[in-house]
Amino acid sequence: MSWFSRKKPKLEEQVSDEERKVKTEGIFVKCVECESPLYRRELKESFQVCTHCDYHFRFFARERLDTLFDNGEYEKLDEEVISGDPLEFVDTKPYKDRVEAAKKSSGLPEAIVSGKGTIGGHLVYAGAMDMGFIGGSMGSAVGEKITRLIERAIEKRGAVIVFSASGGARMQEGTFSLMQMAKISSALAILHDARLPFISVLTDPTTGGVTASFAMLGDVIIAEPKALIGFAGPRVIEQTIRQKLPKGFQRSEFLLEHGMVDMVVDRRKMRDTIIRLLNFMMNEETAK
Amino acid sequence: MENDFNKQAIERVQTARHPSRPYALDIFSSIFENFVEIHGDRRYADDPALVCGFAMLGDEEVVVVGQQKGRDTNQRRLRNFGMPKPEGYRKALRVMKLAEKFKRPILSFIDTPGAYPGIDAEERGQAEAIAFNLREMAGLKVPIIVVVIGEGGSGGALAIGIGDKVLMMENSVYSVISPEGCAAILWKDAGQSARAAECLRLTAPDLLRYELIDEIIPEHSVWVVDRKEADSDSESSFDSIGENLKQILQRNLEELNKMDENQRMKNRYNKFRKMGAWIG
Ligand SMILES: [Zn+2]
Repeated sequence: MSWFSRKKPKLEEQVSDEERKVKTEGIFVKCVECESPLYRRELKESFQVCTHCDYHFRFFARERLDTLFDNGEYEKLDEEVISGDPLEFVDTKPYKDRVEAAKKSSGLPEAIVSGKGTIGGHLVYAGAMDMGFIGGSMGSAVGEKITRLIERAIEKRGAVIVFSASGGARMQEGTFSLMQMAKISSALAILHDARLPFISVLTDPTTGGVTASFAMLGDVIIAEPKALIGFAGPRVIEQTIRQKLPKGFQRSEFLLEHGMVDMVVDRRKMRDTIIRLLNFMMNEETAK
Repeated sequence: MENDFNKQAIERVQTARHPSRPYALDIFSSIFENFVEIHGDRRYADDPALVCGFAMLGDEEVVVVGQQKGRDTNQRRLRNFGMPKPEGYRKALRVMKLAEKFKRPILSFIDTPGAYPGIDAEERGQAEAIAFNLREMAGLKVPIIVVVIGEGGSGGALAIGIGDKVLMMENSVYSVISPEGCAAILWKDAGQSARAAECLRLTAPDLLRYELIDEIIPEHSVWVVDRKEADSDSESSFDSIGENLKQILQRNLEELNKMDENQRMKNRYNKFRKMGAWIG
């Protein structure tokens, strides 16, 4: 130990996955960034954003859709589509058991929920991923749900919005997971030719095969503040190059500076921003 | 070793990575004629880890792209161990668009541990480069045949892997993550990589069974560039396997060339569309 008192390590090293999500008990929550006490109710009203320092806690997928559509109304889609176990994968526990445990703990059928409704009066097919389901990983079910969203949007001439929160492709479905990148991107090629909008919203974290497929294919790409966004994870990069990564590397603001995202938008302004974009992109002329 | 479909997965991984196996440029110069290399992405740099060019397969002009590894220390460094950076993927797409412009088919050869995970690659948009290739390859209007010749390492492999036909050499592998990476994450022990390799079902026979690939190109003997290293009973194994590969490419190309363009595009979409194993 050196003679000076060590400063608290910065956010990146310090905050565990658990802490990033608001704990579900108690009336107060302490902000992990500025340590202000926050009323749970107040935090819910501010879309899980700290009202003192604007720190964005992780958002739940359902809440995301509830706060996105007009009047919070939408039709849930493909809830019945769930993961298979094509490889009969067993590591320290069977993949099947991991899926069951994830369903219980997250209350979700898969790592994405999707729905159809209107936003600012525009027809939108939207999906929101959730880190609480096997790290938001993309397997066959996630790939299928997103592809169906896109195909429906093509058929009904709607827009597609996907909120990403994912560690990447799901290892336990092997090459099936990898091919979801190809499947979704192929569907996006048709959506693109049909002159229909795809808005991709990157939230903390978006990495791996999700970033390297649909997440980076938005006509407009929005990032939430300070989200970790990249192809390779920071640890993999550090191991490869054997040096520490610069501060702020792979954060939203870094991507904005390097021209990889169009804008960094506070969650509380997300819906208004999306409506503004849809007003521009949903052009009846292009339907002809 | 003949058609040994029961070979351990980790052995396939080791064979796929073996430095005496033919690399993309070995194949370009052996089964193709008149190869001329095309360099650079016209945006940032030329990436030696991904080689592209025009070539002739028999009497047909084609575009070839492929990841390129190196054999000695200098070559390995130059080729970045076959790990492309964004400029490599952007170069490949540029050349594939030339194929579309001049109505020539595309033959893509996969052999990479993965896309390069580095600061510069991230800064220049590694994820975007891969993603954009996926979407654009899906829409390229000329026939595309993909062959995994060695290592099919995740998104960095798939970035040149969308096609009408996806073939694998018998001893190649294609996986969402390396066995070592998988073992480190799921077992917290890189020593479990043999087990991870087994679990990942990354061999050609597995992937054919799952209908994730279309065909396996047999390797009747050890497939090496240097003839001295080949089986004693098959002195010219590179030539014989290469000749076989050439014939299979020509057969597939003939089939795709005959097909109506709209039908071919529809088939390509449906091919990837049906991939996945979900319930409901
Ligand atoms: Zn705060």
